[in-house]
Amino acid sequence: MNKYLLYPGCSMDSSAKAYMESLNSIVEPLDLHLEEIEDWNCCGATEYLGINLIPAYSLIARNLALAAKQTSDTRTVVAPCSACYLNLAKADYYMQERPTLGAKVNEALAAGGLEYKAGTLDVRHLIDVLVYDVGLDAIRKAVIHPLSGLKVVPYMGCMLPRPDYQHRWSDHEHPTELDDLLRALGADVIDYPLTTSCCGGHMTQIGPETAFELIHRLVSDADERGAQMMVTVCPMCQMNIDAYQNEMNHFFGTNFHMPILFFTQLMGLAFGRKPNEVGIGVELVSARNALAHIGVEVPVTEEPAAPRKKDEGLPMPRRWTKHEGKKEAVK
Amino acid sequence: MTERVGVYVCHCGSNIAGTVDVVDVANWAAEKLGRQGVIIAREYKFMCSSLGQELIEKDIKELGLTRVVVAACSPHLHEKTFRTAAKNAGLNPYLVELASIREQVSWVHSDKAVATAKAKAVVSGAVSRVIENRPLEEIKVPINPNTLVVGGGIAGIQSALEIANAGFHVYLVEREPSIGGHMAQFDKTFPTLDCSACILTPRMVEAGTHPNITLLTWSEVTNVAGYVGNFHVTIKKKARFINEELCTGCGICQEKCPKKVIDDVYEAGLGYRKAVYTPFAQAVPNFPVMDKENCTYFIKGTCKACEKFCPTGAIDFNQQDEMLHIDVGNIVLATGYDLFDARRVSNYGYGRLPNVFTSLEFERLSNAAGPTSGNIVLRDGKTTPKSVGVIHCVGSRDKNFNNYCSVICCMQGLKFAHLVHERTGATVYNFYIDMRTAYKAYDEFYQRVLEEGTLFVRGKVAEVTNAARNEREKGKLIIQVEDTLAGKQRRIPVDMVILSSGLQPRKDAKEVGKMFGISCSMDGWFTEKHPKLDPVSTMTEGIYIVGCAQGPKDIPSSVAQGAAASARVLDKILQKEVALEPIKASVNKEMCSGCRICNGLCPFNAIAFIEDDKVTEINPALCQGCGTCVAACPAGAISGTGFSNEQIIAQIDGLLLRNLEVQEAV
Repeated sequence: MNKYLLYPGCSMDSSAKAYMESLNSIVEPLDLHLEEIEDWNCCGATEYLGINLIPAYSLIARNLALAAKQTSDTRTVVAPCSACYLNLAKADYYMQERPTLGAKVNEALAAGGLEYKAGTLDVRHLIDVLVYDVGLDAIRKAVIHPLSGLKVVPYMGCMLPRPDYQHRWSDHEHPTELDDLLRALGADVIDYPLTTSCCGGHMTQIGPETAFELIHRLVSDADERGAQMMVTVCPMCQMNIDAYQNEMNHFFGTNFHMPILFFTQLMGLAFGRKPNEVGIGVELVSARNALAHIGVEVPVTEEPAAPRKKDEGLPMPRRWTKHEGKKEAVK
Repeated sequence: MTERVGVYVCHCGSNIAGTVDVVDVANWAAEKLGRQGVIIAREYKFMCSSLGQELIEKDIKELGLTRVVVAACSPHLHEKTFRTAAKNAGLNPYLVELASIREQVSWVHSDKAVATAKAKAVVSGAVSRVIENRPLEEIKVPINPNTLVVGGGIAGIQSALEIANAGFHVYLVEREPSIGGHMAQFDKTFPTLDCSACILTPRMVEAGTHPNITLLTWSEVTNVAGYVGNFHVTIKKKARFINEELCTGCGICQEKCPKKVIDDVYEAGLGYRKAVYTPFAQAVPNFPVMDKENCTYFIKGTCKACEKFCPTGAIDFNQQDEMLHIDVGNIVLATGYDLFDARRVSNYGYGRLPNVFTSLEFERLSNAAGPTSGNIVLRDGKTTPKSVGVIHCVGSRDKNFNNYCSVICCMQGLKFAHLVHERTGATVYNFYIDMRTAYKAYDEFYQRVLEEGTLFVRGKVAEVTNAARNEREKGKLIIQVEDTLAGKQRRIPVDMVILSSGLQPRKDAKEVGKMFGISCSMDGWFTEKHPKLDPVSTMTEGIYIVGCAQGPKDIPSSVAQGAAASARVLDKILQKEVALEPIKASVNKEMCSGCRICNGLCPFNAIAFIEDDKVTEINPALCQGCGTCVAACPAGAISGTGFSNEQIIAQIDGLLLRNLEVQEAV
């Protein structure tokens, strides 16, 4: 039995609902026991640490303190989200390495009647425990419908393997954990040199052109290699490539259709779950055609059309694209 | 108080006098340490000069000094100088003590008052100690004139030949089937572009046929006992499965052997050999070896094709490993280096991207005797590259891997550029952090390669990828690099990438070092006695290190070191006997409980347990006087000659100026 404390993180309840649903679907076949940390809070994502260090670390450490308090018979915290994992691991590491920081954070925690002694918990990512604790053999055994014929590129994202405080990953530039896991499910794994390249993160909000460039690199290379879909371990990566693919296409004048799913969704399918049980069908770039290659039929869910807004005021000019910009420059 | 002590404080120019008031120290010693027996204290500009030495000698003779303290540099530097001076004046050299007020005082302090006070304390400690010193006699042992050279690369070959040519016997032990080392793998050598084999093979043949050299290839040293002049060495001669008396080296067995194996050693993984093989045509000796792990007969029990076709019946499947025991007086270690494993730098894609090559792979690729007969082609075996990128400092000067500079990679990268340019006409880029082309005719070669049109980009390569971003990059390897001279990021598409991998210590360097009783530096290279003035000796007498075993170096430096170590060996042999430092540990058998705690601690293998008496004994000829066992003995049964409890306690009392308090109380 593999027992862990689960820190789900905010996105699992919203943009990455499919991740949570699919995670729930693989718990039983792999004999995983996930005990949610009670009263957990947001980890501050990628922004807060850049703004104010002590409050940011305190926000993260509150979760660790709660987890340590809750510890029944495990001291391992599992985070499915790469940003959450990185933040929790970072707080645990730096509170230990920099005693002054640790003391200040504990001072803040004390206001809520909590304390955390750095180093008392193991902070790990979901794929780490699946590959190294549960093991590829156990995963292979649980496979009912192998994904053979499904061409996938494994996309780990940039936050997971670096800086790797506890030396958990096979490599920092080209880790192969996700490749191995997908191969265990029977998928045709294509070597993806951009597996740890950045998806743009929150640049989609503050500098979309930069993010589009990064998303374009990822998607076009996956497409070039003949991938039918990308597979990720990170809610942020999934959202950027899924939700912003259309805008990226518009920006570059391209027409990519590259679905991106969570690895747990494919695990669920391989373990015999139905597409709707693992959150398939809610992605914006539909995985329907890709999954048809392996005989998985995704039922069409008819969404009620949003009521059309009445045009008010004057029409806007068309949105500017890079493509047009070039044409104009030529003139 | 019967001893008559003289104290001599050295200025060492401004090295000591700049931070320590040496006149004050001398006056203080004469005044305050008088009751301890100091009858004279002098200061002098350079105590180590002949005038300084004469000063001491004169005082010994005229004032009848019985003890001498020289407050100067570390004993490592000039202890011998002053001991010799004392000896010349008729005083036992071990009655001289050095107080290190340079390395331990003036060089590490800046406050003159504090430094002067500390210098006084150090001198006081030395005076207290020297009074407890006892006269000692040097131990003399005869030297066995035979020498063991471990490693048959160019450094080892050079060393063996020099000693053998002087008329003394050498055992040259090599782990691989042939001598030659890494140099045998190269096509050309920088900066002159000599054919590597052409300059190396005559030396190999000379070593192989020299009447004074016993060549032991496919052999490894497994045990070393003894001490300078008298080492007892055990060598494992691995079974070749070839009768060397009958074999003519005709090569029919290799031709007929049906088993093809990737050659990871000589061909750097880029070519094949048979299960029975000589690594290359000019191998010395020319007898093949059978690779038991891959031989079909040893795996399946049938085949024996080699045996059927051998015209002289030299194949012997029943051969066993043989243990040879030899006695030698000196040992030269020339064990070489391993190439840094470029797969560790995963962002350069070696092992993942087919057309990324290591430096050794490229050496084989460009070698006329290599797997492609010297055609520089991509991994598909036929396409000639139109553009090639050479990346420097792979695994070197990188805090993620090795901090040190691997010395040869810059010149090696230039050589590659020249060869690619000459043979394929391809565009060549060199990506470097700094160009390091020191030594004779090296920078001229750099200029030449520049003029040939090789492009140089200064910047550490971030990654090598095959993820193209545009049509120009499709199907290429793209080198992403910050061009620090142009101040911008560049993406340069090329067909082939060569990683100029660094050098690193042999995988088993630590164990080998332990076996021979020498230590490794933090990076894992064997440690020399003095980095500048004694680079081929080690802290263990009679063991020398040459070539890359001591640190990364090129062929000329390796050859120079090989020859240098031979001169040291010959010096020892010609002395016929060697004087050992009498500073030794000894066991008081009455007090020894036989607990054996000290047995495993001795770095020089000098401690043996006597089963009959159930006590430990120390071999005085082997003991280097390091004191590890003295400190470890729970019963206090071991004492170090020259470092007795009395001496140490007196020195501590002196350092703490307790000697003054006692006197004042009296």
